[in-house]
Amino acid sequence: MKILLQNLTKIFPGRGKKSNQEVIAVNDFTFEIPDGKLVGLLGPSGCGKSTTLYMISGLQKPSGGKIFFGDDDVTELSAENRGVGLVFQNYALYPHMTVKQNILFPLQNLKGEDRLPKEKMIERAYEAAKLVQIDDLMDRKPSELSGGQQQRVAIARALVKMPKVLLLDEPLSNLDARLRLQTREEIRRIQKDTGITTIFVTHDQEEAMSISDLIVVMKLGVVQQIGKPQEVYDDPTNLFVAKFLGTPPINVFSGKVSGGKLYIGDSPVLDVPGVEDRDVTVGIRPEGFILDENGPLVCGLNSVEVMGRDVSVVCRHENAVSPVIRAIIDADNKVSAGETVRYSLKPHKVFLFSAEDETRIRF
Amino acid sequence: MVESKHKWKAWLYLSPAIILLLIFTVWPIINTVRMAFLENYNSMAVVGGKVYNFGIGNFKQVLEYNAFLDCLGNTMLLTVLTVPLSTFLALLIAVCLNAIKPLQRFLQTVFFLPYVTNSIAIGMVFAAMFNMVGSAFGGENEIVVTAGIINNVIEFFGGSAVNWINAGSTYAANITVMVVYIVWNALPFKILILLGGLQSINKQYYDAARVDGTSRRRVFTKITVPLLSPMLAYVVITGFIGGFKEYSSIVGIFGEHMGPAGDAGRLNTMVGFIYDSLSTQQGRASAAALILFGIIFVVTMINLYVSKKKTHY
Amino acid sequence: MSENKTMHAKDLQKVSSHQTVAKFFAKFWVYLFLIVMALIVLFPFYWMLISSVKSIDEYRLSVPTLFPKEILWSNYVDAFNQANLGRLFMNTLYVGLVSTLLSLVITVLSAFAFARLEFRGKNALFAALLATMMIPGELFTITNYSTVNSFGWMDSYTVLIVPFLVSVFYIYLLRQNFLQIPNELYLAAKVDGTGDLKYLWKVMIPLALPTLISITILKMMGAWNSYVWPRLVANDEKYQLITNGLRNAFTDSTGDVNIPVQMAAVAIVSLPLFLVFIFLRKYIMKGVSRSGIKG
Repeated sequence: MKILLQNLTKIFPGRGKKSNQEVIAVNDFTFEIPDGKLVGLLGPSGCGKSTTLYMISGLQKPSGGKIFFGDDDVTELSAENRGVGLVFQNYALYPHMTVKQNILFPLQNLKGEDRLPKEKMIERAYEAAKLVQIDDLMDRKPSELSGGQQQRVAIARALVKMPKVLLLDEPLSNLDARLRLQTREEIRRIQKDTGITTIFVTHDQEEAMSISDLIVVMKLGVVQQIGKPQEVYDDPTNLFVAKFLGTPPINVFSGKVSGGKLYIGDSPVLDVPGVEDRDVTVGIRPEGFILDENGPLVCGLNSVEVMGRDVSVVCRHENAVSPVIRAIIDADNKVSAGETVRYSLKPHKVFLFSAEDETRIRF
Repeated sequence: MVESKHKWKAWLYLSPAIILLLIFTVWPIINTVRMAFLENYNSMAVVGGKVYNFGIGNFKQVLEYNAFLDCLGNTMLLTVLTVPLSTFLALLIAVCLNAIKPLQRFLQTVFFLPYVTNSIAIGMVFAAMFNMVGSAFGGENEIVVTAGIINNVIEFFGGSAVNWINAGSTYAANITVMVVYIVWNALPFKILILLGGLQSINKQYYDAARVDGTSRRRVFTKITVPLLSPMLAYVVITGFIGGFKEYSSIVGIFGEHMGPAGDAGRLNTMVGFIYDSLSTQQGRASAAALILFGIIFVVTMINLYVSKKKTHY
Repeated sequence: MSENKTMHAKDLQKVSSHQTVAKFFAKFWVYLFLIVMALIVLFPFYWMLISSVKSIDEYRLSVPTLFPKEILWSNYVDAFNQANLGRLFMNTLYVGLVSTLLSLVITVLSAFAFARLEFRGKNALFAALLATMMIPGELFTITNYSTVNSFGWMDSYTVLIVPFLVSVFYIYLLRQNFLQIPNELYLAAKVDGTGDLKYLWKVMIPLALPTLISITILKMMGAWNSYVWPRLVANDEKYQLITNGLRNAFTDSTGDVNIPVQMAAVAIVSLPLFLVFIFLRKYIMKGVSRSGIKG
């Protein structure tokens, strides 16, 4: 089922005693989610990603815009009539029911011709449980399960009614680091196996990048960029997106363009043909640095962190926006001890942004 | 915790409480048990040097005594009628209150109002409302008219007036009035507790149920009630305890005669029985009090057992 | 995997308009039910108030008036005099204030000892206290009646105050509250040479103030509403409390009961409770929801 969001907007009326300003949680969001894809909604907290998810589920009503499932306008349809499966951040498993009862619950809600005979329901519940590998825990209570197991039960409960769309709200945030890695692979696998269009919300860019077919980066209710994870990483539309994606984060410098050359400080570091003379903000990915004895970018060396496969060179530069800059280079390169280190730059890892509005300047 | 050098200090601080508790709580417990097993005990007669046999005569006597059995019957009947009714109504009101936004605070306050009333005083208001005659001892020329608003309403809808509480009224009518009053009185506390419980249920359970297309009825029976069951159990247990100690609401409506004029004591309860025997028949009163304690204890245990079986999460 | 039939646009519209109507009706019934129940709950108060200012003749009309034709304030004066409410008020106020004050002192001291001091047998003693809460109060009354009789306390203020000064429940409530205050504060005070009582007064009591206010209100309400014990031990008009006085004033006479005057008396007695409720609702509701006892 493909999903189309058309000019979707959500405004919360102001509730504060002092400032009665309304909050625009989602602003004019238009996006088509192709059938059978895994899409990550990504952004810092308060960016409107959860609100978007709740509007797709039908739990919240949009203030403006439309939502289509396939060709059907479901904007006015409430949650129960949309056929979506929703996994909550803290799972919302009914504590008084066993795993089996929890998974069966959505099926037992069906009425009339949609209602399955009892044996068929149980069969379906076991199918869903098997899919998430919890079929041996069916008689436990949620309180007797680990966080990861609860997560699986929640997914099974969402899947059992064979939803058109599966929605996951911060699915990994309540898990510890090791489980997180494992579970995100699991989510990817389940989505592949079932082919259900899946949307999940996260504030963790690594999580979104690693498993999504498409990511949507949001900020303060406004969509910044939509695309395949690698494309967004390699070609960010603005400084926010560039800074939000990637660990370690992108290194930001203030610089200027003059005569087709990019200057950081006084030294020209890169040819940027076709860019008019102006002040710019420069973003350089950590992997965009090449150790070069004659390189144009001279930085003060702080320390070298060896991480096995790579080496992380921590250094400083007076035109850098943050106190330290970080370069990731191959471990084969030997960083000679000394006061300074010199780099040349990989052009496709260097992004220019307007110093005024932080939009991308392409070269 | 601090190891105090002056341990006597703790005892000093506790001494007023301990002394008072020894006199007015601990000694009564011992003494009540003692008196209950001294047959026909009367503390006034002790002064005269009378000696009593030790035995279970008081209990036997109480249980064979028709007045006590009537009191026991009244108490049981009122409890069995009012606890389920008031719990059900309170649950319904609390669920409705929880479902609305505008007016919620206001209505919550309104429903709590009966709590802060004097059960004797408002009992008198109910008595006036359920009254049958405007003048029991009217002058010669006075026409006896119905003056209780309840009967006025009944007559307005074409029914005939019911003698609820006056002389010659039926037992069923008396009990009906008591049930109405006790339920009215019991609602505020139950609503407060249940609403508090409802508000502490995580809202996401309801969102999850909505996404799964759960019907209202199913949300209520499968999610709300089970998640509320600890509160329900609490409300039912305190309701039973209060029900078995029913006394002053009856005084409020019928006065200290505990019954309609001409049939004093018809609605007497176990607590009423204890108070009636208190000054002259302490043995009997003690036995009755121990029986009351036993009943409350057993009922509470049964309630706890049942609710434990039903609320295991 | 999607088994749900795709709905056509028309069906969708039908479903969505249907659910809006259903939602509206559901809300409508909820409000209707609540408002009807609220009116039923409030009706006795309303009836008390309007009856209290009716003339006896108007009260007896076979078709009752829902609003009095003329307002007869003199009923209140009659009620005040007939039931001797002035005296009853003063008695109740006196008993309520004194017993609340003493009770607070005892409760605070005991709760402090249980929460902050270490002594042998503390836990056993505390458990024993809690155990007494299970026993219905009626069981104590029998012996207490003989006890106060042999103390010669019958018909006095003492008998109305002293037997109920200690409430195990309030001690428990306050101890829990005290325990939440970090012990470091106490240690810091010790280091600074602050005495126990000063610490109690300067630190613990201010921090536990909401609980203390709840206890005060419930205790005062208790005095106002107490009926059984005063009836047993203080029937002398000099020491009678308001509830007893009220009940007796209108059942003693074998003559015609003037219900409007009676209602006026009930209104006078109920008024202070309502005022307290209106101004201190938060504390009352909080106290009640934690205690589960009738004031």
